Amino acid sequence: MTTESLALFWPFCIFIIMLFIMGFYCLLVTNNLIRVLIGLELLIKAATLLIVVAGYACNHIALAQALTITLIVIEVVVITVAMGVVLGLRSHNKSLDVRKARNLKG
Amino acid sequence: MPGYETVDIVILVGLTLSALWTVMTRSLLRSAIGLAMTSAVLTVVMFRLNSPLAAVFELSVCSGLISVVFISTISLTQPLTWEEIIQHMKDRLSRFWYLPVIVVAVGIALAFLKVKIGIVLPPEETEKDVRAVLWNLRHIDLIGQVIILLAGVFGVVILFREANKK
Repeated sequence: MTTESLALFWPFCIFIIMLFIMGFYCLLVTNNLIRVLIGLELLIKAATLLIVVAGYACNHIALAQALTITLIVIEVVVITVAMGVVLGLRSHNKSLDVRKARNLKG
Repeated sequence: MPGYETVDIVILVGLTLSALWTVMTRSLLRSAIGLAMTSAVLTVVMFRLNSPLAAVFELSVCSGLISVVFISTISLTQPLTWEEIIQHMKDRLSRFWYLPVIVVAVGIALAFLKVKIGIVLPPEETEKDVRAVLWNLRHIDLIGQVIILLAGVFGVVILFREANKK
């Protein structure tokens, strides 16, 4: 990818960075366990878009799509297991507050 | 190599707005719907970037399945009391009002930034068909996907078995 082609796709990169910032902010600021997972989802969406844009810019679209499909499969599994953990924590602590999930006893 | 068009920028602005609404909205259910909307807009971006197979996966799995998982989990948790809602609203306003300011400021700063990075172009793609790439070049990825899926299934089974025992 030359400097010109990178500049051509710079607008996509700006929006990807903004999406990353929103995901990180949601992860850092919120106290709700489900909202933490929503922040994580936004981060994964930014990574997905970055892979697709990089594949398009480098003319490796097929490889980028294969990697995106793998990423989506991993995303589904992570979110499903995390939802199970959230439900388990909620039944234990009677709350979705992250601050109440700090009393782990090993 | 084709670049971007005005319609791409409009779609990306829509993606940012839906993501911002997902983070900023008070209701968890609306957040989950916003996340599905973000996935749907991301699907359109993927279609525009000549990645139809990945776009279909994004639409069916992320916009459909994950939204169902989120909404099911939200419906399984009890709603807050009125006092908790009022306290929650005050807390949220003080914590989340920075986000739109930060996002807009970073967007404007990056738009005026002149990028001068020279990256070497990778070798030409030998295989143009995504199915051939997935089944011939990246078949180890498929094995990894199967293992991850099985790990996820066993993880959920163990989590709910432990919950039932308690």
